[in-house]
Amino acid sequence: MSESAKSDWETVIGLEIHAQLATKSKIFSGSATAYGAPPNAQANLVDLGYPGVLPVLNGEAVRMAVKFGLAIEATICPQSVFARKNYFYPDLPKGYQISQYELPIVAKGKLEIVLDDGAEKIVGITRAHLEEDAGKSLHEGLPGASGIDLNRAGTPLIEIVSEPDLRSAKEAVAYMKKVHTLVRYLEICDGNMQEGSFRCDANVSVRKKGAEKLGTRAEIKNLNSFRFVEKAINHEVERQIDILESGGKVKQETRLYDPDKGETRSMRSKEEANDYRYFPDPDLLPVKLDDTFIEGVRKSLPELPDQKAARFTKDYGLSVYDAGVLTSSRELAEYYEQVVREVSSDPKLAANWVMGELAAALNKDGLEIGASRISSSALAALVKRIRDNTISGKIAKEVFEAMWSSGRGADAIIEEKGLRQITDTSAIEKAIDEVMAKNPGQLAEYRGGKDKLFGFFVGQVMKATGGKANPAQLNELLKKKLAR
Amino acid sequence: MSVFSRTVAELAAGLKAKEFSSVELAKLYLDRIEASQPALNAFISVTRDAALAAAAAADRALAAGRAGPLTGVPIAHKDIFCTSGVRTTCGSRMLDNFVSPYDATVVTKLAVAGTVMLGKTNMDEFAMGSSNETSYFGPVKNPWNPQMVPGGSSGGSAAAVAARLAPAATATDTGGSIRQPAALCGVTGLKPTYGRVSRYGMIAFASSLDQGGVIAASAEDAALILNVMAGFDPSDSTSVDRPVPSYEQSLNAPLKGLRIGLLKEFFEKGLEEQTEKRIREALAVYEKLGAQLKEVSLPSLPLSVPTYYVVAPAECSSNLARFDGVRFGHRAENPKDLMDLYCRSRGEGFGAEVKRRIMTGTYVLSAGYYDAYYLQAQKVRQLINRDFERAFEEVDVLMGPTTPTPAFELGAKTSDPITMYLNDIYTIGANLAGLPGLSIPCGFVGGLPVGLQIVGPHFGEEKILNAAHLYQKETDWHRRMPEKFA
Repeated sequence: MSESAKSDWETVIGLEIHAQLATKSKIFSGSATAYGAPPNAQANLVDLGYPGVLPVLNGEAVRMAVKFGLAIEATICPQSVFARKNYFYPDLPKGYQISQYELPIVAKGKLEIVLDDGAEKIVGITRAHLEEDAGKSLHEGLPGASGIDLNRAGTPLIEIVSEPDLRSAKEAVAYMKKVHTLVRYLEICDGNMQEGSFRCDANVSVRKKGAEKLGTRAEIKNLNSFRFVEKAINHEVERQIDILESGGKVKQETRLYDPDKGETRSMRSKEEANDYRYFPDPDLLPVKLDDTFIEGVRKSLPELPDQKAARFTKDYGLSVYDAGVLTSSRELAEYYEQVVREVSSDPKLAANWVMGELAAALNKDGLEIGASRISSSALAALVKRIRDNTISGKIAKEVFEAMWSSGRGADAIIEEKGLRQITDTSAIEKAIDEVMAKNPGQLAEYRGGKDKLFGFFVGQVMKATGGKANPAQLNELLKKKLAR
Repeated sequence: MSVFSRTVAELAAGLKAKEFSSVELAKLYLDRIEASQPALNAFISVTRDAALAAAAAADRALAAGRAGPLTGVPIAHKDIFCTSGVRTTCGSRMLDNFVSPYDATVVTKLAVAGTVMLGKTNMDEFAMGSSNETSYFGPVKNPWNPQMVPGGSSGGSAAAVAARLAPAATATDTGGSIRQPAALCGVTGLKPTYGRVSRYGMIAFASSLDQGGVIAASAEDAALILNVMAGFDPSDSTSVDRPVPSYEQSLNAPLKGLRIGLLKEFFEKGLEEQTEKRIREALAVYEKLGAQLKEVSLPSLPLSVPTYYVVAPAECSSNLARFDGVRFGHRAENPKDLMDLYCRSRGEGFGAEVKRRIMTGTYVLSAGYYDAYYLQAQKVRQLINRDFERAFEEVDVLMGPTTPTPAFELGAKTSDPITMYLNDIYTIGANLAGLPGLSIPCGFVGGLPVGLQIVGPHFGEEKILNAAHLYQKETDWHRRMPEKFA
C-alpha cells in the first residue's frame, strides 16, 4: 500500500479498559482477591455459583468506582443498577456475569492527554461501570481436558469506556497510560498488566478523511500491554485499509491479537455474537448514592497527576515535560518531593538527578521506583554534597554508581575514596604552579595568544588533583596565574 | 387425642409437659411418613438418623430447661431449601445427585430454634408447576383423594401437613406455590411479604417473586414458625432490615371494624359455583365477627397471569443457567465437546415444563423482544402494584378464593399448560406486588377442601394471621383430617 493511499484514511479508536479494583474481597462474596493462589483456593460457594447462593455488594468497590468517576470529572449516578449479562462459558459459573448496563455508576467524564507534539487533547469517557470478572480456563498440563480456575471469578472490575475520540495507536496508548497512572494514583487498581489487573479491548475502524459516518469497526479483545495495544491497532488499521482499498468491506467482528505473529485474527463474527439478554439483576438492589457519600469520597481524593504536575511547574520551576515525567506515578512524584524536601533548595538539580542517573539505573536493572537501591534520603544526601561543594557534579556520578552497587551512603563513599573536593586555594595554586612548570612550551604558546590551551591546563590540573579541584575555583585561579 | 391431630403449639406444650419426648415424636412421624410414601409420595428424602440425633439434642435442651417455643417439634423442609450434607434435589433430575454443602438461612434458623427436620418434601421441578406433576420424583397425591393433585409447587409440604406426616413444613411461593396447594389440601399456608424471609439457600426460580413461607395446620402455628423464619439476612440483599414482631401476640386482636375488601375480579367468570358458596359462607363468619365487607376492584389484575408468565420465565432462564453440568448436578456422559456437554446435561437434567419456561424466558429477554415483553411486563407489574396500594387505602385486608376450583384430577391439565397456569389466577397478584397472603381451609366441595385467601398490605402479616386465627376459632375446618390419616 502506498503512503498516499494510507494518508487518505482516518483511524477511529475507542477503548474499553478493564481495571481490577484493589479491594481485599470480591465484589459479591467474601473471598479474597489476591493473585497467585492455587486454583480455586479463593472461590467460595457464591463464586462457584452454587444453587441458592446470593450476591452481596462490596461497598468498597462502589467507593473506588466513585473515586474514579470524581477524578475524571464525571457524573456520579445517584442510582445505578446491576444487570445480568447472560451467556454460557465454563469460566462463568452462574451462566451470567453481573455487570451494569443501562444505568452505570459513572457517566460522562473526560481525561486530557498530551500528544507527542506536545499538543493537548481531551478524550471523552462515555461511562465507567462496575462488574465482576470471570474465572480462567486452564489448558496447560491437562492433556485432552480443560481446567477451570475460579479464583478470579467475582473480582471487581471497572470497565472504562471511551468515546471514539482516539485517532491513532499512539493516542490510544497515551490515553491508556493516562488511565493507568490515574487508577494507581487513586489506589483503586494495582495496574499490574502481566497479571491482567489492567487490560483493554480496542474498537478500531477507519473512514475516508472528512467522512462523517464511522466505518465498520472490529473489536480487538484482551490487550494486556501498551506495546500490544499499539501493535495490534496499527496492524488492524492496515488490514482494514487494505480491505477497503481493494474494494472490500470490513466485517463487524471480534478479533484477537496474536503477539507472536503480530497480527489480529477473527474470533467471532457479528452473526455469531451472543445475545446477552441483559436484564436488571433481581438479587441486588439498585445502588443509591447520596451527596454526603459522594462528597465524603471527594474529600478522600489524593492530589491527581495533572494537579501535581501543575504544582511542580509552578512551585519548583520545572518544565512541563519534566513535571509530566515526575508525576507519571505517585511513587515517583513522592520520591522526588522527598528529595526536594531534604535538600531544601534547587528542585531543578533534584529533578535532573531523579530523571537522569536514577531513572537510568532503575531502567537498566528493570526496577520500579519503589524498589530503588537508593532511597530518596540517600539521593538527597548526595545532592546536598553537590550543593555544598563537597564534590563536583562529575564526581557525584561516580559516587552515585558506588551507592547503587554497594547500597552505602554518599558521605561514607566520599570519605573512603577521598573524593572530597579541593577548595583550599593554596593547594590548587600549588598544583597549578607544578603544571605550569612542567609545561613551559604550552605556557608560552598560551601567553602568545593561543587561548584554546586554557582547556589543556584545566585538564592537567584536574588530572594532578585526581579530579577533585573545585572547578569554579580552579578556573578563576588558573586564569589569574596564566595571565601573569 | 392422637399426637397427629395436635398443632405445633399443642405438640410444643406436650413436649414441655413431658407427655412424650422429641425422639418419640420424631419416630412416630418418621414411621408415618414411611408408611405413607407409596400412597402419597410426599417426601423425596427422609432423614431418619439426622432427625433422631436432632430430637435427642432437643430432649437434652428440654431436660435442661433450655427449650424455646419450638424445641423438639418435628418439621419438614421443601426440597428447594439447601440442607447441609443432605440431598437437595429441587424436584429435578438435574440435582438428583446434589448434596448441598451448606444450609439455607431458613433451615439454619429453624434448626437453631430446636425444630427437628424429618425430611425433604416433594415438589414441582424447580417449583415450576401447580399440580406437583412436574416432579422428577413422581407426583404427590392429594391425601383427601388420591386421584387428585395436591397442588403445587409445594405439593409435598401441603400433602404432608394435610396427612399429618409433619405438623408443619416450609414451602416457597413464586406465583401461589404455598397458598394454592394449601387450599387444595385443606391446610393453612402463609406466603410472607417479599423480603420478610431470607432467600439465601432457597434454590431460585424467579428471584423477584420467590418467597419462603410455611404450611401448617393452623394460623397460630404459621405465626409461631414465621417468628423464627422471618428477619433480615445480610446474605440476602433483598431481605428487609425491619424488626420482627411476635406474630402470635396479635392473633386475638378483635376484628370489629375490620375492613375486608372483596376483589371484584376474583368473583367473576371462572370461579366454580360451589367454591364461591364456601367463600361467601366464610365471609359471613367475618361479618358475624364485626368485620365490614366492601367490594373493591383492581382493574389491572386480570393482566397478572400474562405478566407473571413473562417475568418468572425471564428470571428462571437466567437463574437456571448455572446448571450446566460443569460443577455440580447432572452431567452428560462422554460429551464430545463443550456444547455437547451443555446441551445434553441440560437436555437430560431438566423436565419439559422447566425447558418450556427457560425457552419462554430466553425469548422474552432476546434482542428485539425485550421491550415488547419483559419491559412491558415490568410496567404492568407497576400498575398492579399501584392497584393494590389504592385498594389498601380503602380496606385492611383483601379476601377471596385461593383457587377457582377444588383439586383437579391427576393428569387433567398436564397436556394444556395454559389451563394449568390459570389455576394460579388468584394468587399471582400478591407475588407481583410482593404482598403477604395466606390460604385457610373454609369448607369442602365434593369431599375436597376449599381455601379462603387473605392478602394484606406489605408487612401486614400480623393482620392477616389475626384474621385467619379468629376465623379458625369460630370454625373447625382446619381441624379436619382426611379419613385415612385421621
